[in-house]
Amino acid sequence: MTELSGLRVRGLRVSFDGFTAVDGVDLDVRPGDLRFLIGPNGAGKTTLVDAVTGLVRASGSVRFEGTELLGRSVHRIARSGIGRTFQTATVFEELTVLQNLDIAAGAARGPLTMLRRRRSVPEPVARALETIGLTERSGSPAGTLAHGQKQWLEIGMLLVQDVRLLLLDEPVAGMSHDERQATGELLRRISAERTVVVIEHDMDFMRSFARSVSVLHAGRVLSEGTVAEVQSDPRVQEVYLGHAAVQDAGPTAAGPHPEHAGGAHAGSAVQEV
Amino acid sequence: MTEPTSAPGKGNPLKRAVPAGRSARAAAGFAAAALALFALAPLALSDFRLGLLAKYLCTAMVAVGICLAWGRGGLLTLGQGVFFGLGGYAMAMHLKIADAGPGNLPDFMQLYGTATELPWWWRPFANPLFTIAATVLLPMAVAAVLGSFVFRRRVRGAYFAILSQALAAALAIWLIGQQATTGGTNGLTDIRGFFGYDLDDPVNQRMVYFVIAAALLLLVALARQLIHSRYGELLVAVRDSEERVRFLGYDPANVKLVAYVVAAGMAGLAGALFVPAVGIISPAMIGIVPSIEFVIGAAVGGRASLAGAVLGAIGVAWARTALSEEFPGAWTYFQGLLFIVALAFLPGGLASLAGVVKRRRTARPTGEPAPALPLGEAA
Repeated sequence: MTELSGLRVRGLRVSFDGFTAVDGVDLDVRPGDLRFLIGPNGAGKTTLVDAVTGLVRASGSVRFEGTELLGRSVHRIARSGIGRTFQTATVFEELTVLQNLDIAAGAARGPLTMLRRRRSVPEPVARALETIGLTERSGSPAGTLAHGQKQWLEIGMLLVQDVRLLLLDEPVAGMSHDERQATGELLRRISAERTVVVIEHDMDFMRSFARSVSVLHAGRVLSEGTVAEVQSDPRVQEVYLGHAAVQDAGPTAAGPHPEHAGGAHAGSAVQEV
Repeated sequence: MTEPTSAPGKGNPLKRAVPAGRSARAAAGFAAAALALFALAPLALSDFRLGLLAKYLCTAMVAVGICLAWGRGGLLTLGQGVFFGLGGYAMAMHLKIADAGPGNLPDFMQLYGTATELPWWWRPFANPLFTIAATVLLPMAVAAVLGSFVFRRRVRGAYFAILSQALAAALAIWLIGQQATTGGTNGLTDIRGFFGYDLDDPVNQRMVYFVIAAALLLLVALARQLIHSRYGELLVAVRDSEERVRFLGYDPANVKLVAYVVAAGMAGLAGALFVPAVGIISPAMIGIVPSIEFVIGAAVGGRASLAGAVLGAIGVAWARTALSEEFPGAWTYFQGLLFIVALAFLPGGLASLAGVVKRRRTARPTGEPAPALPLGEAA
């Protein structure tokens, strides 16, 4: 049974015009895990998520709960219980918070329900509003939310979508310390019964909340394990010291500690594709 | 940002999900429109003007579909002439057969054609029930086939608009080429009867007007239901972020297809009712230019607002008659200018004018930027 559950990636490879962005990645994430994917710009983190969710073509194998995902269309993959967020929060700006969540909850609705008006707030939607703290704003257009609130709304949309695998691309970028704390605790609660994979550059956030970490570098998995194991891996230190943490050679020389400013790292070619 | 587990607010804001005033305002607007169409217009207008209004209302019916497909779904339907034409020709074929009487060929076929009997594809239209169904279902079927092909291949934006235009041109050119069976450039003309009623009789012309007015109100009610349904919300979501919708487990192609097919059915019905109102359908009424004109009315009035699209279509059609009576030749330029001005400076059309002015006023003192244009506000 355990073999069938969770996410199982084997030999995943993604190339764009001869450039190999993901180069044979193996990855196992079990339910209940809160896995962080870290790595320098261009390591292939976002491309990996794109491949799992069907956005880019890939070779190899991606199985979730025993079902092969590669080759399926994006909406079918989403229907088999996989949801994601994007680096820049993507919500339906002109629709209200409530409408955003209601749409996210409704992929399985029949035509008759679709053609009728929404008379009441579905139970899961009300619960998600509560969870993400936006009940008071349910009638506001999502475009008027603050940046952090939009990211929360996206997480809320995944909750009502009732996905069993959440792939979050930098969910706390641009959030204040308190907001990060709250987000991390929410992710911890969510991951108790689901599989959660987080791409993150914020190392403090990673250290506080990661149950396990995979370090990607140049399209491959460089290191994997608990936060402590990964931090003490000399290869990881080398990659990070060679890249971004030169100016960061302060008291934390023992571990990788590149304190990127949130959002200042989105310019790599791979992530833009 | 609040804490994730914040206590629920006082006076449950979820109850405010559906604005209470909206349905009341819509009902009042609907009653006013019915009063204007069924009481005021027939009293105030001469038979000739009422006939023109009937024609404008047909344009407005097409605009209702455009409001749904373009305003709500983001599909720039620059080829509605195709569906208008299919509905119109279907109706005209039946009326020509009926005018000719049993056993006779329609007049133009006797004139140009060498055929001694009706072409096979004319024959089903001898049946009135088949014809009435076909005026709506035929355009819908064509739109369904076309749309599923186009949307699944993710053709969108300008490419979709160009494709629609090309289709309108193709249908017009084909009709012109088949003079023996379609009347060619002249189209199907001199239609005298409408299901047994003589269209030269002013009383029957009035009846046709009332049928058209009732059909328009029906289509507006149908479109309103669609726009405010869950499907309508999803359609806006697809318009604004198709990819995001895909990741929620929907296939956006299907969502767009429904709006496109419904809009095609509305255009078909409009074309069918246009024929008894005007007495003619010809390629010049369904080609590229009329297809663009259908869109202009909706754009000027406000494509995302039902009332805006309908009033815009009627207004532009009326202005066309009035101005081309006064300045023949200048209308085309004026119309082009109108379209450009509306799209460039007032993308929400006249329907959004009040909102824009209000926001300017309220935004100035605080210096806050005005929020994005809420296309979904007025309906």
